[in-house]
Amino acid sequence: MTSLIYLVPLAIAICIVGLLAFFWTVKSGQYEDPQGDAARMLYSEDKPIVDEDDL
Amino acid sequence: MVEIVLDDEFCPSGQTTAQDLARMQSEKARNLSEREKAAEALTPYVQTKASGEQSIDLMISGAHCAGCMAKIEREISALEGILLARMNLSTMRLNVQWRGGPDKAGAIVARLEDLGYGAKPFNMELDPLVQRDQATSLLKAMAVAGAATALIMTMSVGIWDGSEMSKVTRQTMHWISAAIAIPTVAYSGQPFFRSAWGALKNKMTNMDVPISLAVLLAVALSIYETIHGNPHAYFDAAVMLLFLLLIGRFLDMRLRQKTGESAQRLAAMQASTASLIKEDGSVMSVPASMIKPGDALLVAAGERIPVDGEIIKGSSDIDTSIATGETLPRAANIGDKLYSGMINLSAPLTIKALAVSGDSFLSEISRLVEAGEQKKSKFVRIADKAARLYVPVVHTLAALTFVGWMLYSGDLRTASLNAIAVLIITCPCALGLAVPAVQVVASGRLFKKGVLIKSGDALERLAKVDTIVFDKTGTLTLGSLQLSNLGDISKDALETAALLSRASRHPVARAVAAAAGSGPVADNIKEVAGQGVEANISGKLVKFGAASYVGGISAETGGQTNAQTESWIRIGRAAPVCFKFKDTPRMDAKTTITDLRKHGYNVELLTGDKKSIARQTAQLLGIDTWQAEVSPTDKLARLDELKSQGHLTLMIGDGINDAPALASAYASASPAGAADVSRAAADVILQGDKLSGVITAVNTAKDAQKRVVENLSLAVLYNMIAVPIAVLGFVNPMIAALAMSGSSMLVTLNALRLKFH
Repeated sequence: MTSLIYLVPLAIAICIVGLLAFFWTVKSGQYEDPQGDAARMLYSEDKPIVDEDDL
Repeated sequence: MVEIVLDDEFCPSGQTTAQDLARMQSEKARNLSEREKAAEALTPYVQTKASGEQSIDLMISGAHCAGCMAKIEREISALEGILLARMNLSTMRLNVQWRGGPDKAGAIVARLEDLGYGAKPFNMELDPLVQRDQATSLLKAMAVAGAATALIMTMSVGIWDGSEMSKVTRQTMHWISAAIAIPTVAYSGQPFFRSAWGALKNKMTNMDVPISLAVLLAVALSIYETIHGNPHAYFDAAVMLLFLLLIGRFLDMRLRQKTGESAQRLAAMQASTASLIKEDGSVMSVPASMIKPGDALLVAAGERIPVDGEIIKGSSDIDTSIATGETLPRAANIGDKLYSGMINLSAPLTIKALAVSGDSFLSEISRLVEAGEQKKSKFVRIADKAARLYVPVVHTLAALTFVGWMLYSGDLRTASLNAIAVLIITCPCALGLAVPAVQVVASGRLFKKGVLIKSGDALERLAKVDTIVFDKTGTLTLGSLQLSNLGDISKDALETAALLSRASRHPVARAVAAAAGSGPVADNIKEVAGQGVEANISGKLVKFGAASYVGGISAETGGQTNAQTESWIRIGRAAPVCFKFKDTPRMDAKTTITDLRKHGYNVELLTGDKKSIARQTAQLLGIDTWQAEVSPTDKLARLDELKSQGHLTLMIGDGINDAPALASAYASASPAGAADVSRAAADVILQGDKLSGVITAVNTAKDAQKRVVENLSLAVLYNMIAVPIAVLGFVNPMIAALAMSGSSMLVTLNALRLKFH
């Protein structure tokens, strides 16, 4: 039972990290074009990745 | 669901692309200056950023696959000065950013057209930002509820087993669960609380009232039990309930968002350009949406009327089929009113833009449309119907449980515990998913087949329809004339007529040009509005047009025929030759109607066109009930009559004159080429040139309705098993969790069956 003392906080911490990561993906518009993104990764363009927010 | 095509040159819908390409190229060849005008009209849509960069959003048509996307991005990026070209394949929107003047937009669109794609500017003001924000916040709420469910459930499994757990450990676990559940409910429960509060404030109930009540009571009870160190807490049930219901909410939202976007795309693709005459007399191209009442506009021959207006200069033949349903052009003079979507055929006109309120016909139409929509808003969705039954039943049950246990045990805590257990376990988890899950799968299926459903309840209404009323021109027929007596015409006469016709947009001329195929155009063609055309060909005067205009037609060569219209050609002094024309039905009109009748639908025809033409079309397509020369009000009257006979009608039409009928019919559909008002009023939009989408739509709607009913029955069945257990006091948190997730899974899987149908 003593293992719960660090396992439960660990579980909660991992959960929060995952949630924050998900919020970030929503905010950066990664769900706006699922079809296009699925295809786009298959075309290799020799260009630097441009962050949309910077433009 | 996602099709990935790696080969640039291959496109899954290559045929459509080829057609689009051919159409665009012919349009391009017809009038190069149109392109310059279009480029000028793009400028208002270009946004300039603070850093000096220009940006425009374009709606792309004709792109179907990843190959098209890659090609567009690559080719546009290769243009000079372009910083970014990024296409969204889901919404078919291309964002281009560049450095330099705003006029570069024209070059970008021109390049896209050369590549074979259509591009129209997208008006950012139309962007449903509110809706997108709502979808995002629902997604976030769903994620929070999901994560909390996972966490609490992990701990709950330990508590349920509980054999080695001391009381202190168990209470600690409950406290941790509470610390997770309370903020989660406060955050993720908001959509339900808000809606429930809104309903209660108006002294009504909806599905969100029992949901909110169950969640709040479950949390409150669990906190009470935790404080007193009792073994059962329902934190997991409360949070899972929110999670499952939010999935349903999110699916519903996504569906509405997606169809809204598609409808918007259609509207943007049809947006036209107007030539505004400025005060100094110069002409400037502007988007039609930016025209204000009172503006003077120039409409060249062959152009679509961009906005509603009144002729102030010139006279011409007008193709009015979009407003009246008549196939044949009508002569229009100064003072006549024209409506957007009509086509100016023979001579340039100057029109003055009118406000909607300033015109009796249009204001009458919009009044009728509004009245119809109001009638339709009374429609109660099946989920709400279920909720109306459900809410009182559940709350009575819970109250009875409380009273029963009070009488039986006399213990307040046991009685309230069991009453709350009833509320939790009957909470409409499966009910919340039953309908949206099916509707999302069904409309996704229809979407792929080119049928656009505007809302979930449209599917429900479509499924119940038993009578289908068609408009004729533009719906059953293509709305364009075709040469019907090709066999009687000598090759020479046809070729000469084609020489005169190829440059004109008059329906008769286009029919002749289509029959003769491509070829040369005669020089010095003179067009006489409402009469015909003439030109000098190899020294002979050739006249092509109305009988009176051509002259020299004797009684025996003339005479009455069953053609809709006829034109005559006279070469020099030779005897005139007659050309007969008919508006022909769409290719699959006959099979569609036969199919619909076979499925037991009553099919009717209502048209604003002339009686003789309506009779012919009805006979040809095998429609027994038809009415011709009906006004928009008459169409409404006929729909009301059908309704009073107990029929539920699906109205299919495209013209402005159909809009009131579309709005007031039980369900309605429009072809993609319909007038703006009609497309806005219709529940369903049929894309492509085919009518068979109607069959797909009603069949899918019926299948979907079957699944919805099945799902609701499953939910009821689940409740019938679960409620006695709860009433008798056997429910513990583990049973609640199992029952809830189990029934939700069942309902979702049943909905997915529709996909493989």
